[in-house]
Amino acid sequence: MKVLVAIKRVVDYNVKVRPKADGSDVELNNVKMSLNPFCEIAVEEAVRLKEAGTASEIIAVSIGPKVVQEQLRTALALGADRAIMVETDSEPQPLGVAKLLKAIVDKESPDLIILGKQSIDGDNNQTGQMLAALAGIGQGTFASNIEVADSTLNVTREVDGGLQTVTLTLPAVVTTDLRLNEPRYASLPNIMKAKKKPLDIFTPDDLAVNLTNTVSMIKVEPPAERQAGIKVASVDELVEKLKNEAKVI
Amino acid sequence: MSILVIAEHDNASLKGATLNTVTAALAMGGDIHLLVAGSDCAAAGAEAAAAHGVAKVLIADNAVYAHQLAENIAGLVTELAADYDAVLAPATGNGKNILPRVAASLDVQMLSEIISVESADTFKRPIYAGNVIATVQSTDAKKVITVRATAFDAVSASGGNADVVSLDQVTDAGVSSFVSEELAVSDRPELTAANIVVSGGRGMQNGDNFKLIEAVADKLNAAMGASRAAVDAGFVPNDMQVGQTGKIVAPDLYVAVGISGAIQHLAGMKDSKVIVAINKDEDAPIFSVADYGLVADLFVALPELDAAL
Ligand SMILES: Cc1cc2nc3c(=O)[nH]c(=O)nc-3n(C[C@H](O)[C@H](O)[C@H](O)COP(=O)(O)OP(=O)(O)OC[C@H]3O[C@@H](n4cnc5c(N)ncnc54)[C@H](O)[C@@H]3O)c2cc1C
Ligand SMILES: Nc1ncnc2c1ncn2[C@@H]1O[C@H](COP(=O)(O)O)[C@@H](O)[C@H]1O
Repeated sequence: MKVLVAIKRVVDYNVKVRPKADGSDVELNNVKMSLNPFCEIAVEEAVRLKEAGTASEIIAVSIGPKVVQEQLRTALALGADRAIMVETDSEPQPLGVAKLLKAIVDKESPDLIILGKQSIDGDNNQTGQMLAALAGIGQGTFASNIEVADSTLNVTREVDGGLQTVTLTLPAVVTTDLRLNEPRYASLPNIMKAKKKPLDIFTPDDLAVNLTNTVSMIKVEPPAERQAGIKVASVDELVEKLKNEAKVI
Repeated sequence: MSILVIAEHDNASLKGATLNTVTAALAMGGDIHLLVAGSDCAAAGAEAAAAHGVAKVLIADNAVYAHQLAENIAGLVTELAADYDAVLAPATGNGKNILPRVAASLDVQMLSEIISVESADTFKRPIYAGNVIATVQSTDAKKVITVRATAFDAVSASGGNADVVSLDQVTDAGVSSFVSEELAVSDRPELTAANIVVSGGRGMQNGDNFKLIEAVADKLNAAMGASRAAVDAGFVPNDMQVGQTGKIVAPDLYVAVGISGAIQHLAGMKDSKVIVAINKDEDAPIFSVADYGLVADLFVALPELDAAL
């Protein structure tokens, strides 16, 4: 079984981003960049499928400027067999990303496509569902467990009330939730080996995808600041304040 | 202008988030229609017809829409969307699962989790775990949008008198089927709708200790929540996670116990009216957003709180 994993380079989750002074965008100069945490989980799941003998090949794909090669090399070090970069400086929005991924899916015909449920920069939570729609296949979103059986896939999903399990016909899209697995770290020998693994480069033109962004960012601003309140000395004081000052109990 | 709102429901009744989404739709203006797609969902449909501000309710009652399978419902919504200028859904698990599929099928971008309607094409939405609020404008002819329920008041659940129409088209993508579900059963108010939420974090040490939270929650008629660390460690189920990648809550009172206050957690609760933090570390970041902070060992403070209430 061939597995395609889509990965995104994002601001590291430990960074507290701020708007630029002119409010045109967020300040990304000298900010630490990483592999999106949900994409780490996606790569890890593919690697586990390969270790279990279920997957035969893992292809990592990333869309963005040249520097996304860093994250693709990370995926290769974690166990992907080869990488595809779709190089563009245009910061495509989820529909554009989904169209580019669809073009790669058409080229590679994977049986399973794993994405993160959400990129932690844009907080969109859209791309996997969009790709599944464009490809006309099933989607197992917010997955906390997957099991492959011949031509179908069982996916346990984290839903609002608990867990739901669905069966999908393969090929299918899976998006990862936090509990799917705990990603490993890349070892030094594997990081060295990753440098020699193949990495193909395409442009959106090569894939005949026209990227039009129909959503424009007018401005960004910090959220309303919350003022820190007071420290109370005891539980009794807390209860008294909640009753008489805040009047919430 | 006309707007189709996808109702959140469990067939038997309408979920509150639907009413907040109607408010967002009203702010965009125009005729509001509610779609209730499900199986044996007439009761939810009747509740939808009573909601304030709704002109028409479309009921799609068929086994293929049971369990809200995204592939089937998105097919239906995509067909219906031909007649509307905008499609809205609450940013619930179902809304997030279904709506991007609709947007891609319509070849339009989608806006996730808007928190305000500035005009019919301009909206605000949080990005980067809520560290930044973006104002975005969409030039797509059809808008496809999920709505953060806590950012909008609910319309009244009663007083409306919408026309009810039964749809007979059946869209079955035939690529997915339901196997099983494990849903939490609880007498407590629902996490995202409760007036009071008491949440526990890694500081609780194990699942059994959540009984201490439960006792306090019982006294306050509160819902229970948790941090990611508490869920990952298996103390409590996943549906209790509050945060950037969990549930968004904004109750009148949020009590964070043994939670450090990582930005990903704050993203899910910092719009609560009053925040209380109980933590033994006086430098814990949670205190920077708390109205009332208590520096204490939770194993002492929770039983005391239980007794004082
Ligand atoms: C992609 C991604 C998504 C994430 N999404 C979420 C999310 O949606 N929600 C979320 O919550 N987190 C999320 N996180 C995780 C987040 O970064 C933090 O790791 C997590 O919130 C920490 O949980 P915690 O505060 O319970 O644990 P800790 O940070 O370990 O804090 C435990 C706290 O308990 C206190 N404590 C310990 N013992 C006691 C005691 N006896 N009495 C009183 N206090 C005590 C300690 O002082 C400490 O402050 C996400 C992370 C990533 C990378
Ligand atoms: N530029 C990109 N390149 C590759 N994959 C992406 C890109 N953007 C989003 N994805 C994938 O889509 C998932 C969800 O992203 P989003 O819809 O933006 O929240 C991510 O976790 C990735 O797996």
